[in-house]
Amino acid sequence: MKSGSRLERLLSQGEFVVTAEIGPPKHASAEPLIRKARLLKGYVDAANVTDCQTAVVRMASIPAAVHLLREGVEPVIQMTCRDRNRIAIQADLLGAYSLGIRNLLCLTGDHPAVGDHPEAKGVFDLDAVQLLDMVRRLRDEKVFQSGVPLKGPEPRFFLGAAENPCGAPVELRIMRLAKKVEAGADFIQTQCVFDLECFSRWMESVREEGLDRRVYILAGVTPLKSARMAQYMHENVPGISIPEEIRERMAKASDSQEEGIAIAVETIQALKRIPGVAGVHIMAIAWEEVVPEIVRRAGLFPRPQLPEETDR
Amino acid sequence: MKEFEPIIVAFCCHYCAYAAADLAGSLRLEYPPGIRIVEVPCSGRVEEELILKAFAEGADGVLVAGCLEGDCHFQKGNIRARKRVEHLRQLLKEIGLEPERLAMYHLSSAMGRRFAEIAWEMAEKVAGLGPSPLRRRTREG
Amino acid sequence: MIVAKPKPFPFLTEQLRPYRKVAVVGCETCVAVCLAGGEREVRRLAQALELERRVRGGVELLTLPLTVKRQCEYEYLEPLRETLKGVEAAVSLGCGVGVQYLAAAFPELWVVPGLDTLMAGGPTALGVWEEYCRLCGECLLHLTGGICPLTRCAKGLLNGPCGGASEGRCEVNPEVPCAWILIYERLRRFGKEELLRHLTPPKNWQLAQGRGPRKLVREEVRG
Repeated sequence: MKSGSRLERLLSQGEFVVTAEIGPPKHASAEPLIRKARLLKGYVDAANVTDCQTAVVRMASIPAAVHLLREGVEPVIQMTCRDRNRIAIQADLLGAYSLGIRNLLCLTGDHPAVGDHPEAKGVFDLDAVQLLDMVRRLRDEKVFQSGVPLKGPEPRFFLGAAENPCGAPVELRIMRLAKKVEAGADFIQTQCVFDLECFSRWMESVREEGLDRRVYILAGVTPLKSARMAQYMHENVPGISIPEEIRERMAKASDSQEEGIAIAVETIQALKRIPGVAGVHIMAIAWEEVVPEIVRRAGLFPRPQLPEETDR
Repeated sequence: MKEFEPIIVAFCCHYCAYAAADLAGSLRLEYPPGIRIVEVPCSGRVEEELILKAFAEGADGVLVAGCLEGDCHFQKGNIRARKRVEHLRQLLKEIGLEPERLAMYHLSSAMGRRFAEIAWEMAEKVAGLGPSPLRRRTREG
Repeated sequence: MIVAKPKPFPFLTEQLRPYRKVAVVGCETCVAVCLAGGEREVRRLAQALELERRVRGGVELLTLPLTVKRQCEYEYLEPLRETLKGVEAAVSLGCGVGVQYLAAAFPELWVVPGLDTLMAGGPTALGVWEEYCRLCGECLLHLTGGICPLTRCAKGLLNGPCGGASEGRCEVNPEVPCAWILIYERLRRFGKEELLRHLTPPKNWQLAQGRGPRKLVREEVRG
């Protein structure tokens, strides 16, 4: 075991895992986090806490994750390269580990220009690959990025990275994925999948490279709430394209929320059948309350239980 | 009091406006007496500094007249001139002069009548603005 | 070249308000080529400053338009010494280096920057300049087919593209092509795609930032 996290243990047992995403509040109260944690508890194996996604200021990922821990939901913290240099990142991660956090998703991060503080300086001292490499060496070689050894227990994180399965050119994307695995990714969370055909082709390339045997692939799933949201995401979210068929289904549905849930459930069932997919990551943007229903209807409830948690 | 007669420096392109001014003369068309025509090889030759200099020397208005779009003898001199004039109008405002004191016109060598019209148009506009503050100062000093 | 752009004219008139005799000092090198601080811009600015003062009133302004070969070398500034006697202030139309050289060469002269210095780049069309180099101190272009990801990727990624490029355009600024897709295409043309598997380690920012200003000493040419 690298980290002994619940997520790692379930994946290593061959369970098809379910994770979800929680966006921390844009204020200083933990109340929404606690509410979302209670909502998701028992339905997901772990929950991601974003690190100021889309470069908009929110409660930081690490303290938000501590609130989830207290509620008994295992967190996956996110760390981007946008706001911290290598000193701050390592310092924060030592702290995160000391607080009981065991899963870490390493991201480059959205550019400040797309967020609510477009005049901020983007740090980008490291990129996601270098970040993974740094945290893997902290864990496996017990050295800081500088090469200086740690003076005590090392942070042992289960390391994740993100990937866009429908990005082009495919060869370049696969090379970058291989690089992330080489650098230390234990699991991959993909951008939300709408185009199953393109995702399957990507998985084929992943298997050809043998990467599915080296890394757990968690496919991203986002339930669409309305036809407008589908159209908006299709047109405006970088790296996402939603097939016309799905946009049409959403447009024609009399109950678009129900249709969105149905599409998400069908997608999960289809993903489950693709060799090499180790789980799903449900990103219900500002619609976390729908996750339990999706998990149930996809036949993924109840979630497997571990004999007992590792000591924290 | 004598009515104010503005002095307007007209930078006229050799290939169009200058010839048009000539034609206006041959046609015995009257144009305002305050116009001072300066022949230039191309409206694109008129640098910003030259226009500013005209104002510094007391011109109440400056007009730059070049060829019709697409007809420049040097391909794009007239387009450059127009952009420069646009830009300079902003600078005039920042200097404290009315941007309307500077204008760019396009015409062909055959447009004698149009030249006279332009000259009157400009003279009237500038007369409405009154003498350039720079001219006033020159006279006072 | 160093690419710079003019500061707003009202900024300069405000800065120069207290002075009567002002030099406008241009530079014939980079800033002349990028049409910001060459002889023509110097003459234009000097003329405009004088006009503004005449229109607005106040003490009369006398400007001295001067342009030197390179404002970033003392030997080209030295000959101005005589001319600048009695001059109270100067607008430098040099890059940030030129402004500082001018101020250092003439300790009695109040120097105001006339330009905002932007980048190391070049023209890509008439009136368009783009950045090509971040002056990071350790060139990686042999790994990237002559296309700098530090400069030309919005996030300065050194290990391949983020997931957001759409139709080859950058997710942060769709006006710009994704640098990593350009790199990929070029490496492929040379059969060097394997370079993309190379893990580029974190950058040594000491080379870019130093301990304060960076200094280069080359003994073989040192005087």
